[in-house]
Amino acid sequence: MQSGSNSTRTVLALLAILIVGAVSFSYIASIRSAQFAIVQTLNSLALGGLLFLLAAGFSLIFGLMRLANLTHGALFMLGAYIGANIMRSFEGVSLWAAMIGAGLLVAVMGGLLERFVLRRLSNNSLGQVLVTLGMSFIIADACLIIWGGDPIPVPTPPDLRSPIRAFGYAFPSYRLAVVVLAVVAAIALYLLLERTRLGAMIRAGVDDMQMARAVGIPVSKLFTAVFMLGAGVAGAAGVLGGPIMSAYPGLDADMLPLALIVVILGGVGSLFGAFVGSFIIGFIYTFGTALLPDLAYVILFLPMIVVIAFRPQGLFGRIAA
Amino acid sequence: MSKVEATDTAAAAAAPVEKRNTPLRLAVYAVSGALLLALPLFSGDFYINLASQILIAAIFALSLNLLVGYGGLSSLGHASFLGLSAYFAAWFFTRGGMDHTSSALIALFGTTVVAGLFGLIALRASGLGFLMITLALSQVLWGVAFRWSSVTNGDNGLSGLTRPMPFGLDINGADSFYWFSLVIFAVSFVLMAVFTESAFGSALRGTRDQPRRMAALGFDVWLIRWITFVYAGFWGAVAGLLYVYYHKYIHPTSLSITASAEGLLAVIAGGSGTLGGPVVGAALVMILKNYASAYVERWNMLLGLVFLFIVIFMPEGLVPGTKRLWKRFTGGGK
Repeated sequence: MQSGSNSTRTVLALLAILIVGAVSFSYIASIRSAQFAIVQTLNSLALGGLLFLLAAGFSLIFGLMRLANLTHGALFMLGAYIGANIMRSFEGVSLWAAMIGAGLLVAVMGGLLERFVLRRLSNNSLGQVLVTLGMSFIIADACLIIWGGDPIPVPTPPDLRSPIRAFGYAFPSYRLAVVVLAVVAAIALYLLLERTRLGAMIRAGVDDMQMARAVGIPVSKLFTAVFMLGAGVAGAAGVLGGPIMSAYPGLDADMLPLALIVVILGGVGSLFGAFVGSFIIGFIYTFGTALLPDLAYVILFLPMIVVIAFRPQGLFGRIAA
Repeated sequence: MSKVEATDTAAAAAAPVEKRNTPLRLAVYAVSGALLLALPLFSGDFYINLASQILIAAIFALSLNLLVGYGGLSSLGHASFLGLSAYFAAWFFTRGGMDHTSSALIALFGTTVVAGLFGLIALRASGLGFLMITLALSQVLWGVAFRWSSVTNGDNGLSGLTRPMPFGLDINGADSFYWFSLVIFAVSFVLMAVFTESAFGSALRGTRDQPRRMAALGFDVWLIRWITFVYAGFWGAVAGLLYVYYHKYIHPTSLSITASAEGLLAVIAGGSGTLGGPVVGAALVMILKNYASAYVERWNMLLGLVFLFIVIFMPEGLVPGTKRLWKRFTGGGK
């Protein structure tokens, strides 16, 4: 957004006003009590945080590799199942350890997928999408075979089970922790991209692949690294979301569209866009469900239409999808 | 953006341009037509029903192929139109108390209007953006069908629809429904072939291969794509009508990513951008699906594996692949 012309700025401002207006309208309309508002706000923020972890990886992979990774929802679900399994089989393993373990495992799987399958199809973007779609079916069915059709709950860490009481209200503490973690992850990703050598190489690759190659950046290794990072963060997010939504068949198909809408809204390849988009969708989805449970999906769809109509590259996107 | 588009169009351009009616092609049509007509004479109800399902899937795949093969627009949400049309027909008949003709007309018209609206949104992008938007739009419809249970009956689906009696003919039997599907299939096939072989079809292929040059030549690339999107949506709706008359039942899974992916697999497996390809692909997918669900309950796994296999080992599809082998065999190719 360095050199936005006046008209783009006007459109952006209008869009921001529209979206903020819609969110605050649904917010006010759905408030029944202050306690209800607090819980729903934290639910929205927690969902937004989880969506950010999912969408950030998707967006980075898309930005760098021009690859729509449709396995992302399945990797989230796989992470949730692995995390639940780790916590169930080993007594006393904390959620955080399970999260790191599942994240690493899913990252390795992502790396293998990139190295041995997607790599063969560079220059064939439709082929790559179809392969990621096929892989998502395979992963989802494998999860069904291994873990069965019943939802597997992921226990909330004992310290975070009881809500924090302050100002006479209760604040669900696990949701607060999810928000904090998501914000920490966002800052870490930002620093990684903006302040490290690896980040500089990724940004160079996003902006101009040919040139990046020409100046000696190992683009091929970069692809694998970014794919592993995105997959790992998605897997870890699955575990983090576990205590809220548990691991169940169909979790992938529930999360992937939300992540896609976030990315369409925020703009591909933009970390900031993914951040803003995630929280917008987190709020709209949570309050939409509270207000009109039947039509939550339709409400979700409205900001997407507005953004696509006026700014097809997304709110903060630098490249068109 | 240009890079994404370039790779997509390169893949699309690899599909050979269809030649005019050669004797060989006419012979293939005549033989397959005769086989299709004679099928009920020598096979039992199981295979007749399978054939009806293949014909329905073939209409669906042909309509998707207009976008994927001829327009270079890879949609992952085409099941929207099949499912929506089926839901419209079932809802207006069972809940709205309308007769078959009115509910069918509403289904076709309503779905085409929705296709027009979806096209307005999805065609703001091309390439992967188009794919993501169509996927998101179809998931919205899936969510509505699944969650809005006061209207759509949610996870239970809508049942209670009966088969119509076109021109007073009873199509409740396996054979008669097959004939009915075959007639609709033939009409659809011809009308879609006319569409792709027309001057408009050539313009559409032009927008697939060289959108900028087409724009420079004065073609309205966006409008050409939009008209194709709506036309494809209409034929998707026709497939949806047949689908719901066949099953007399509709469930949200018909709107799911899996349903869209099956259609896309049929197009890619058979050969996108060819007329016969999607028909062969649809047959392949339906036969696999029927046998797989009869012996193992792992259709999704199999679907994923077939996707991997086709994309990695046979990216051009079965029909162009076989044609190439045939040409090499007869020495007709260069």
